[in-house]
Amino acid sequence: MAKKRSRATKTPVVDRNAKLEEVMTGTTAFNVPFPKDLSSLKEMSPLVIKHPYSIEYLHSYGQDSPFFAGLANKKLLGTRCGHCRYTYATPRLHCANCGKETDWVELPQEGRVHTFTTCYFGSEEFLKETPFHLILVEFDGADTLLLARLIGVSAPQDIRIGMKVKAKFRRNSQLKPTDVYFVPA
Amino acid sequence: MRPVYMVSGGVSKFVKARPDATFQKMVKEAFDYAFHDIPKLKREMIDGSVASYFSDHFTRQLMAGIMAADYLGLCPKPNKRVEGGGATGGLSFQAGWEAVASGRMNCCVVFGFETMSRVQTWKGNEFIAHASDTNFDYPVGGFYSGYYAMMVNRHIHEFGTTVEQMAMVSVKNHMNACYNPYAQKRRKLTIEDVRNAEMVAYPLTLLDICVMSDGAAVCILADEDTAFRLTDKPVRISGVGTGTDFMRFADRPHGKVILAPGEKESDYRNLRYPGVHSFRAGRSAGLQAYRMAGIKDPIKELDFVELHDAYTSSEIQTYEDLALCKYGEGGKFVEEGHPFLPQIDYGLKLKKKGTIPVNPSGGLIACGHPVGATGLMQAVFAFWQIQRSIRKHFGSGELQLDKADRGLIHSHAGTGTYVTVSILERGW
Repeated sequence: MAKKRSRATKTPVVDRNAKLEEVMTGTTAFNVPFPKDLSSLKEMSPLVIKHPYSIEYLHSYGQDSPFFAGLANKKLLGTRCGHCRYTYATPRLHCANCGKETDWVELPQEGRVHTFTTCYFGSEEFLKETPFHLILVEFDGADTLLLARLIGVSAPQDIRIGMKVKAKFRRNSQLKPTDVYFVPA
Repeated sequence: MRPVYMVSGGVSKFVKARPDATFQKMVKEAFDYAFHDIPKLKREMIDGSVASYFSDHFTRQLMAGIMAADYLGLCPKPNKRVEGGGATGGLSFQAGWEAVASGRMNCCVVFGFETMSRVQTWKGNEFIAHASDTNFDYPVGGFYSGYYAMMVNRHIHEFGTTVEQMAMVSVKNHMNACYNPYAQKRRKLTIEDVRNAEMVAYPLTLLDICVMSDGAAVCILADEDTAFRLTDKPVRISGVGTGTDFMRFADRPHGKVILAPGEKESDYRNLRYPGVHSFRAGRSAGLQAYRMAGIKDPIKELDFVELHDAYTSSEIQTYEDLALCKYGEGGKFVEEGHPFLPQIDYGLKLKKKGTIPVNPSGGLIACGHPVGATGLMQAVFAFWQIQRSIRKHFGSGELQLDKADRGLIHSHAGTGTYVTVSILERGW
């Protein structure tokens, strides 16, 4: 520990024997072999260390927020362009066809499987949930689709394109798009 | 716009992991290969460079582009990074083309790399999946193989494409790679091997999907005067095209097909396009490049194609986007043998083998997919094909095509969001 010094002290103190305190934190190797002849250093194996990296984001849903508030209230929301009447099953606040602002509308809670897959592997975050079934849902009156999970089937052979599915909602919202999921209707 | 030529290229050996080298060193290997292949090139002739890499997550290093440029000794010349997911390499290649075509540079180095071994495979998949909408797509699926599986299931539904046809793409590309020393996976496979491999996302098995890699690639581009001073066999970039589409594939329209020359609206009376079965960005990039290169009938006027086969399914979908066949005929196209190399025995019965070899190098499925390097690797392999120098660079000539005067390279990102097509042809 450095000695506490008062501001009144005029002369700077230089400690030529200063030394970092040795700690075990972060120490992974206690002895690293080294050759006498520097020319053999190019033959050295690479050193690889473990480097943890974790972050907590403040992820804002921004203008998409009403969709998630809808899910928490068992409502499935899309948006519709008042100008060109195009309806987005995955909402966007501005119409990609004409650029005008869209309005929030409620989507039917029944739809059909447009396409599907069963994932036996996945990103690290979802590995523990495998196998899981993904579907794109088409709704009457909507021009685009919605990506969602399907449960209540056990294998891809149980899923057909065109099959009717209905929406269910988690009672305890996680404010994730998985707050809505589908089961065979 | 001035004519632009490719004058040299280099590729590092693609492998699962290169712990022995940082990205700068891998780029240096590819750069030195390209640099020494044209001894008349002097460092002072290089006017600037473009950096091609996809993911800051994989590198865990921001501004890696300038670090590679300074390692190559290219400071204080211009450099910028170009990024667009899986199409990063193709976009960077075209950025180099723009630099020379505009007259800003007479000689531009485009270098690309990716170091994907720094995390484990499933974490890597998580990084890649962040190239999907993080409000609506990542939290639901979070897995690119899942997205492509959904797209091909719709292709199967629309057109009757089969998993065996997809497996033939895998057999072809792995077999081609057996003769490419730069490739990561060099394997002789059967259709059964592909189908019996572990299921990843139905119907895609482990052998329908490309792998993660560490690697680098470099292309050197130049204007006409410089090109002919450097080499007597420059390759001209005669067409470039870039297409885009909605990031969320759920948002893609269901409208009318963008028709290629020779196609009629009546060919697709009941097809809603692109939906999720086809890549509108690929069709649109292809048509732009064809127009610029003056190509009216691609299958007759192109000698070979190096395309972005991250999945066997996307290779089949891309045959159609590039108008090598009509929409819906991609499965039959591979089954009949058109995209196979005439001189190689695949252990398959093929009626019309070798009409237009696709991925003679082995493609992404077998060569590996170090994202930022991939699109440039395709350019280098196409360049060597056109120069007729495959034997020199691969150490054996099995993959050298007899007819290789004009080739197409195709780079593709995130479920078809960015797609580039560039036409390379004999310039001498």
